[in-house]
Amino acid sequence: MTVVFFQLTLGLYFLGTVMFLVCLDRRSEVLSTIALGLAGFGFFTHTIALAFQLLSGDDLKWVTFHKAMSFFSWSLVLVFLVVAIRQHLYVLGSFILPLAFLSLVSTAILPTEAPVLHPMFQAVWVHVTLSMLGTVGFAVAFVAGLMYLMQERLLKSKQFNVLYFKLPPLDFLDKLNQRSILLGFPFLTLGILTGAISAQITLGAYLSWNPEQTWAVVTWVFYLFVLMGRVTVGWRAKKAAYLTIVGFAGVLLTFLGVILKSSGVPVS
Amino acid sequence: MHIITVGLSHKTAPVELRELLAVPDSRMGEALKRLMTYSSVKEGMLLQTCNRVEVYAVVDQVESGFSAVQEFLVDSHLSLSAEQLLPHLYWYSGDRTIAHLFRVTASLDSMVVGEPQILGQVKDAFRSALTHNTSGVILNKLVQKAISVAKRVRSETRIAENAVSVSYAAVELAKKVFGDLSARTVMLVGAGEMAKLAAKHLINHGVRQVLLTTRDPVRARTMANRFQGSPIPFEEFRSEMAKADIVICSTGASHYLISAEDVQRAVRERMNRPIFLIDVSVPRNIDPAVREVDNAFLFDIDDLEMHVEQNREERRAESVKAEAIAQEEVAVIQKWLQTLVATPTIVALRKRAEDIKQAELDKALGRLSTLSDQDRETIEGLASSIVNKLIHGSVVTLKSVAQSSNGAIYIDAARRFYDLDSGEEASEEDDQLSSSIVASETVKSASDQKNVQHVDEPKFSHEAKG
Repeated sequence: MTVVFFQLTLGLYFLGTVMFLVCLDRRSEVLSTIALGLAGFGFFTHTIALAFQLLSGDDLKWVTFHKAMSFFSWSLVLVFLVVAIRQHLYVLGSFILPLAFLSLVSTAILPTEAPVLHPMFQAVWVHVTLSMLGTVGFAVAFVAGLMYLMQERLLKSKQFNVLYFKLPPLDFLDKLNQRSILLGFPFLTLGILTGAISAQITLGAYLSWNPEQTWAVVTWVFYLFVLMGRVTVGWRAKKAAYLTIVGFAGVLLTFLGVILKSSGVPVS
Repeated sequence: MHIITVGLSHKTAPVELRELLAVPDSRMGEALKRLMTYSSVKEGMLLQTCNRVEVYAVVDQVESGFSAVQEFLVDSHLSLSAEQLLPHLYWYSGDRTIAHLFRVTASLDSMVVGEPQILGQVKDAFRSALTHNTSGVILNKLVQKAISVAKRVRSETRIAENAVSVSYAAVELAKKVFGDLSARTVMLVGAGEMAKLAAKHLINHGVRQVLLTTRDPVRARTMANRFQGSPIPFEEFRSEMAKADIVICSTGASHYLISAEDVQRAVRERMNRPIFLIDVSVPRNIDPAVREVDNAFLFDIDDLEMHVEQNREERRAESVKAEAIAQEEVAVIQKWLQTLVATPTIVALRKRAEDIKQAELDKALGRLSTLSDQDRETIEGLASSIVNKLIHGSVVTLKSVAQSSNGAIYIDAARRFYDLDSGEEASEEDDQLSSSIVASETVKSASDQKNVQHVDEPKFSHEAKG
């Protein structure tokens, strides 16, 4: 049952993504409403799939990479739907939905059903959930940064095309960038703390500097600087956009560390 | 009954001629009364703007109507002769009149397509006609429909969406950088007209603070009064630039007043908060090298023109959709007009009565199954004679008044009393529209004002009253 709903979700996100990308240089409101509808319906089936998974309870909750990514993708779409509908900002879908779709696809193509962490620590799903919520914040910041750079370039080069009209004002994107990091950061902090505790329990050390942990700490420090830099030395606007894009690359590397580790490739 | 229009517009006549025909508001009643003295004119409305003078009339014969209205126009000014006026006039009747009125009201025939004033002007003309009792059932319906068509065009197309004036384009661009403009500060360098217009638009959009500077301190003070801004000594404006989110530069200087370094410094002081610069001076006053400065957005007059041109393209594309809407609505109104003839109304009335009678008979007779054939016939006869007597008066009246000047009113009333147009849901909405037009000036001014800024550029003339 779960599998059926997952596949349905995957299909809907795919269609939504295609639709949203088609919308990028078209002014039709109808198309973007359809795209939003597809995303919304996909979110619905996704929720059902996740609920089935939770209720079946035959294994620990979020401990596999699959489930973590699926949860990530679900939260991303949730954030997108809330922001897009409240701000009437459908163009966000052209950027976020592909990301959500790709993360869900990654669960389908990566051969890893192995647990992320040793299941001895029963509350490991707390760590994964928190880290994923933090990541959602950074992903939104990444998208905002990307949109910022595009809009900035369009303004600078005086290309008043459809995309220019669709993209929101620079100020809005900069604020979205800042707020998403501000929201994501506490989650990542808690995620790292719970991760350290679970590592202490399962591996006997809070920090063993494996690639996953190293990148997590580096990412954390990085975003801390990004946040502080905005207030102290004016890392905002274009600079903030670049930084959040780089930061998200760090996040992806952390993921890579997790995948490598859980798929048994010798690391360290 | 026929509906016609005779008039001239910016497309057919020079402004000198349009001026001559314009009737001042105070003498509108007189003019309308004069129009109604022509025996062929049954209803009339006079629409005038800077760009057009048009008479809409309901007449009994198209030809005599045309000549009456034409005579009316020629007589409207002593120095006018028919030879002078005729080459500039256009004449429409029937469908073409309706389509023309819809196009005009929806701002498809305007000099600046999509400009918002014309709708208010049509409402004004209609109000005058209502006040002076020269508008009747047909014009009422037509003009109300025209107004609702214009609104539909406005909401369903993007015809009036984007700026088509250079100074307003500055506002649109500023919004793309800052989003909300309240709490922003604008700095005016120099006192050029275009800059003042742009500043006015920005203030209308909520800009909180205005800083201004000119070489002439007296002028700076008068401008400060006008914009409720704070003057800054000209020598110091560069160092104060960091305080401004938006800088509008328009001076007569023949060299660059603001260099890339100045802007770089301002951006640094602003901790990388974007700064938006508009240079409307020719020759330019802001070094184009500013474009290379991060978080600084410089637009000169050509960039603004380009933005406007794109918007105009957009409007042209949208006007195709708008034309289709207007055509569609012409068909609707045409159908209504066709019902305003006595015979089909009488036929419809008889059919309606017959239908009701038959339905009620079927119901009653179904319950009275024990009746003899004779009883049944008696009851049927009773029903028929009640119904026939009831509608007899209406039918006779309709037949007798159909050709009179009030015919349309009776026919329309009959259609409403007997609910002969059920299924035509639009009529109720139109009635509300009518009362709102008559009752409240405020609706119009509130809804039109917000868009007025789009077109008040001196270089583009538009439908505004002269």
